[in-house]
Amino acid sequence: MENDRQHDAALALHRFGFGPRGDAIAKISVDPRGALLAELDRPNIARIDDPALLGSAEAAGAAFDFRQERKAQRLAQRANQANQAMAPSESNAAAAPNPEKPRNPGPGLPQQLYLAEAKARFDRALAADIGFVERLVWFWSNHFCVSADKVRPIAGAFEREAIRPHVLGRFADMLLAVESHPAMLHYLDNARSIGPDSIAGRNRNKGLNENLAREILELHTLGVRTGYSQADVTNFAKVITGWSIVPPRQPEHGGEFTFNPRMHEPGAETVAGHDYADTGFEQGKAVLLDLARHPATAQHIATKLARHFVADEPPPRLVDALRSTFIASDGNLEQVARVLVSAPEAWETQRTKLKRPGEWIVAATRATGVTAPDAKPIIGTLNMLGEPLWRPPAPKGFDDVNAAWLDGLAQRLDIANQFGRRVTQPVDPKELVETVLGPLASPETRQAVSRAETRPQAIALLLMSAEFQRR
Amino acid sequence: MATNLHAKESFMSACSDRRTGGHFAGTCATRRQVLFSSGVLFAWSCLPKLARAEGRDPRLLVMVLRGALDGLAAVAPVGDSEWVRLRGDKALGLTRGPQGAPAALPLDGFFALNPAMPNLHRMYRAGHATIVHAVASPYRERSHFDGQDVLESGLTRPGSVESGWLNRALASLEPAGAVNPKAREGFAVGPVTPLVVRGAAPVMSWTPPRLPPPTDDMVMRLLDLYRHTDPALARVLEERMNLAAIARAGGMDQPEKPAQPPQPGAPQLPGAAQRKYFADSAGAAASFLARPDGPRIGALSFDGWDTHADEGAANGRLANLLGALDGALAAVETNMGPAWRDTVVAVITEFGRTARINGTEGTDHGTATIALLAGGAVKGGRVIADWPGLRDADLYQQRDLKPTTDLRAVLKGVLRDHVRVDDKVLARAVFPDSADVKAMGGLVG
Repeated sequence: MENDRQHDAALALHRFGFGPRGDAIAKISVDPRGALLAELDRPNIARIDDPALLGSAEAAGAAFDFRQERKAQRLAQRANQANQAMAPSESNAAAAPNPEKPRNPGPGLPQQLYLAEAKARFDRALAADIGFVERLVWFWSNHFCVSADKVRPIAGAFEREAIRPHVLGRFADMLLAVESHPAMLHYLDNARSIGPDSIAGRNRNKGLNENLAREILELHTLGVRTGYSQADVTNFAKVITGWSIVPPRQPEHGGEFTFNPRMHEPGAETVAGHDYADTGFEQGKAVLLDLARHPATAQHIATKLARHFVADEPPPRLVDALRSTFIASDGNLEQVARVLVSAPEAWETQRTKLKRPGEWIVAATRATGVTAPDAKPIIGTLNMLGEPLWRPPAPKGFDDVNAAWLDGLAQRLDIANQFGRRVTQPVDPKELVETVLGPLASPETRQAVSRAETRPQAIALLLMSAEFQRR
Repeated sequence: MATNLHAKESFMSACSDRRTGGHFAGTCATRRQVLFSSGVLFAWSCLPKLARAEGRDPRLLVMVLRGALDGLAAVAPVGDSEWVRLRGDKALGLTRGPQGAPAALPLDGFFALNPAMPNLHRMYRAGHATIVHAVASPYRERSHFDGQDVLESGLTRPGSVESGWLNRALASLEPAGAVNPKAREGFAVGPVTPLVVRGAAPVMSWTPPRLPPPTDDMVMRLLDLYRHTDPALARVLEERMNLAAIARAGGMDQPEKPAQPPQPGAPQLPGAAQRKYFADSAGAAASFLARPDGPRIGALSFDGWDTHADEGAANGRLANLLGALDGALAAVETNMGPAWRDTVVAVITEFGRTARINGTEGTDHGTATIALLAGGAVKGGRVIADWPGLRDADLYQQRDLKPTTDLRAVLKGVLRDHVRVDDKVLARAVFPDSADVKAMGGLVG
């Protein structure tokens, strides 16, 4: 009985959290499920309210100012060089030693914002007792992904503003927050989508961009091949014309979301079998609300959640339980999360899922107590392992099946090898196996760790063991 | 002074990321010419003043081989009649062995050097290398972790990891020059610092711009673990690490088949990567030690010596490792330039291995092994051994080469006669409770 609880405690940490930190297994072994559920009861546990982090509008404005400044500096420099080239030769010799090589000004403002947001995010994951809610944040952030390659200054703010407040709230609220966020509107081009028959469309002869509408249907809600048509995509795109961004250069509300009626396609539209009268901004909200309540969306989300936490081919009973809870609760994500950790299938299923790189490196950091002054080491590691932070290869986000991540095993070995060398505390590797894996450790892994030729090698083997790699 | 400051700035800028505690995975900016290994050089403030007063400018580089080197396979007692009985066809000999194993390199009629170490052999013949055999630290158990603690801490028991003997030795030296206290703050004691140099004396440390490759041994251990616990991961690792190539490079399969030259675009063989890593690390350390105003004392560690299976002393894994070590010694000699004549490189390991071959063509954890001294300052061309013999009754616990020389005596001899650390300090602070272990004289000079 005691053994079972220890086992479940370790499983709770590895499957639903970021792995043990300190004596976490012992701490939650009294009631592992209760410990997970207790995280859901902590008010605002998902929020990051750090006054030092800029809101997305502010960040967009600051990034705009920064680019203007850099541009002006470059122009000034060029003019300066042209002057020097024309000046007599003796003044040339007296000039600064390397006029053609300006000092490296360091990371630009967008990168600074990205790094600060990354640090806030990883600090939260590193410090969490278990990290179940934080894992949900990561799940939803990947489900509704944007790319920092396109929206670097506000990629982190997007997660804080659109994902975190709703991660235990209603799916429909998160959906609306996401699709009306400047980061998403820019990432999937809707900010520039203009209704052909809108005032702006008639004046400028510009038109529709279907990108966001298609991805909402295919990726964010119903799921691919769930019966919607090209007409649904086009009509939905028309519905959300006018969902745009106040230009960041504007002193008032620059960088904020705006509904611009001059860009909005007039008229009623039919999307997925429902008719929507033209009520301006409300028209799009109505479509999103219906999509959020669509049974296909419930199936889509239930499958993805179960696949993420439990197995590539999740147990059908678990998916059913999640789907029916999603529908019955009108998309209450806290209740869905409760069902996820209460269902027997979520605990009985073999640990076959490979942890994703970010999850693995956070778990490794927690397990060993290695620290860093900033997020750069983790960011660099994730770049190497193919999961660069907030930079998925496509709007679909990072893959969530084993096949996608197995190839990175050799790179993980490089990282683990280096990681082991960074642990300076005099840890006893055998004790570390107990606190990190506990009952999950196989006799073979215990033996391999205790027989390692160095402490760094013992730690690397522990971090590379199947029990640590899989959730 | 100016160049000196410049050197410090290089270290500081390269290691600035690590000053607040350090992390993993290449946190250091890259400065190729400086930074190749996880190792440490002592700050110039600890220049040995006494030695300088004698007109010498000694350099000491300590290489720690982690994993326990099989001293009998590195320096074989070919003149002992029990040798072949013990090791059978794995016994190195002065003639070519089975499967084309090359002959060992003769040293003094009784001992012969592993054929993978021609550079060390050349140094030995030039009188610039000494081997001390049947040597061991005071540690008598067989745990790597504890054995390394004892080896590097200089204490008699495991468990203390606050400071290492090399650091305490340096801390005892009178500084030879004025030190700018502000500049000293810049020296980061890196988190990868080997225990042997950790402590109060300021050190500079550096980490490689690229990750050191996992050793073949590490890959084999992980693969073995996966084979028993997770066949899917084992399959992936086998494919990814191109294990056929590792096995070929390590002589672990089909030794009769000539090794294929790497195809263009093919991944670099780990064996070759390891060789390069050893040479780059040691060479980079030597470049700094060689500078007139550079540091004088340093330490490096190389992993991978825990050869439980398929040891390959003559033409396999251990031969590759010893070849890499040989390359590292040659790189030190080359990069030291004229300073080689003031140099001692000391190569030490936590313990030795079983005298007999085990059931998997390897050797298990043992006791006595060798220590190597190389460099122009070494009074070399000798194997120093109070040879215990290899009959069953001669072996320690009837399984290991019996230790007859205390490693601390060797290290004390080097520290006293080369760097001029005081005898009393050696007995009290550097190797506490070692008053009865007399420094071995005549190793340098």
